[in-house]
Amino acid sequence: MQYDVFRQRRNQRLIFFGVLIALTYGSMVLTAFDPVAGLAAIPRAFIWGASNFIPDESAMRRLPRILERLQETVLVSISSATVASALGLVVAVLGANTTRPHPWFSIPTRAIASIFRNVDVSVWALVLLFSFGQSGYTGFFALFFVTFGFIVRVMIETIDEVGTEPVEALRASGASYMATISQSVIPACLPQLISWVLYMIETNIRSATLIGILTGTGIGFAFDLYFKSFNYGAAGLVVFVIVITVLLIEALSNTIRRSIL
Amino acid sequence: MTTNTRPVAQRIRVRPRNKANLIIQATLIGLLLLTLYHLATFDSRGISPIEGIAKTLESFRTLFFEPRLKNVSLGEMLYALSITVAMGLLTTIFGAVIAFFLALGAARNLAPRWLNNLITGGTAFIRAVPTVLWVLFFAVAAGLGSVAAVVGMTFHSVGYLIKAYAESFEELDAGVLEALRASGASWWQTIFQAVVPTSASALLSWTFVRFEINFSTAIAMGAVAGAGGIGFDMFMASTFYLDLRELGAFTYAVLIFAIALEWFATRLKGGLGARV
Repeated sequence: MQYDVFRQRRNQRLIFFGVLIALTYGSMVLTAFDPVAGLAAIPRAFIWGASNFIPDESAMRRLPRILERLQETVLVSISSATVASALGLVVAVLGANTTRPHPWFSIPTRAIASIFRNVDVSVWALVLLFSFGQSGYTGFFALFFVTFGFIVRVMIETIDEVGTEPVEALRASGASYMATISQSVIPACLPQLISWVLYMIETNIRSATLIGILTGTGIGFAFDLYFKSFNYGAAGLVVFVIVITVLLIEALSNTIRRSIL
Repeated sequence: MTTNTRPVAQRIRVRPRNKANLIIQATLIGLLLLTLYHLATFDSRGISPIEGIAKTLESFRTLFFEPRLKNVSLGEMLYALSITVAMGLLTTIFGAVIAFFLALGAARNLAPRWLNNLITGGTAFIRAVPTVLWVLFFAVAAGLGSVAAVVGMTFHSVGYLIKAYAESFEELDAGVLEALRASGASWWQTIFQAVVPTSASALLSWTFVRFEINFSTAIAMGAVAGAGGIGFDMFMASTFYLDLRELGAFTYAVLIFAIALEWFATRLKGGLGARV
């Protein structure tokens, strides 16, 4: 029989879409998702939103309070990302193949980072509620853990990518360990690190909103409060303020990224 | 002593003072100042950080070394996990299908400029709203539950995937498109004969990355927005039963699945030149 590439391709396509449809159907049964209700919800939500979510006079009077909450969220996103990145860089230097002081450092650092980033930020928040309760620390540390795990991973990759040759050259010329790190590895990785920190700040603002609902802090709490007390005008204003902030921060970090990378 | 000043003046400038270095320094100083300001004005609500950290370490010990189930059985936990996985899968598939067609309109080399701008502008807005707010927004029309969670998560996935897909489409060699157009291929023919085959592996990687994100989001939505699944059980273990040991068992279940996903995604990412 002749090898029929078109029939083979068609069969592959059929199998691919068959599996996809089966997965979709199975998932709909498991989650009890009703596609009709889902489709109907979209126009209904937008029509309702257009008439209720528009900030009115009384919502605007709450603006100062909302901005105060927003500031809390933005600051916690920045500070947790910054502290976690500084610490993450140190741990990444210890764990990367090119710069580790001893081969034994490699596996523990990677394992710890893996646990920190693979447990979702909401789960960390649930764990931290036991020790920090509904305070700002819960959100700070939850964001800190996830950022730390993420930064360690990407910085290990970056150090191994950009660091191998300069490190070898410096070592050959007799530079000490600390000098090698501070004069070659860190300056070479700094643009990448900053780019990732900015990325994590963007991510953290979204996560912080979610954690705020759990822990009663920041802009997430403001939204939850207005939303559950049917003050939809103010809730709409909160959404509006978040969108503006996220877009501004995205634009700022894109500008910084373009000029340093 | 005066002779010592000479070498300082003649030191070689190791790091040139160009625009990039200035911006790096300014960004670092800015981040540092904002962090210090935040830590100085922290809203601690009377909780001492040292005590809290000690308690957290204690929590970790209970969480990771003494996990056990009490209020739910192992079978129930796996069933809850499968609901969360299914929710992540469903929103990823819906999101991917919708995003594929919209991304064709968002790619600069495939559609007119006004359509690009319309779609990219719309998706920037959709992405800027956190997923949880989308879910709560749809919950007003559909009630808290899986319908609102799936629709809300799909919305955010569409916003994310359109951007990723459109960037993959734009990487296509312009010559290929020109050759197909010159030979009289229709628009859909160029899409399915050139664009899709070349970008297939990148599309697959991005979709998988989004599945990882949606799996985490599905946990969070279970905890915060009543979407059910293992997230809801974790929320109950934490805030209702105050049972760290049971929360530990759930954490292991979630962690093992997430690490397996990440391992698989790293294999897949060969097709993905760009970042995560």
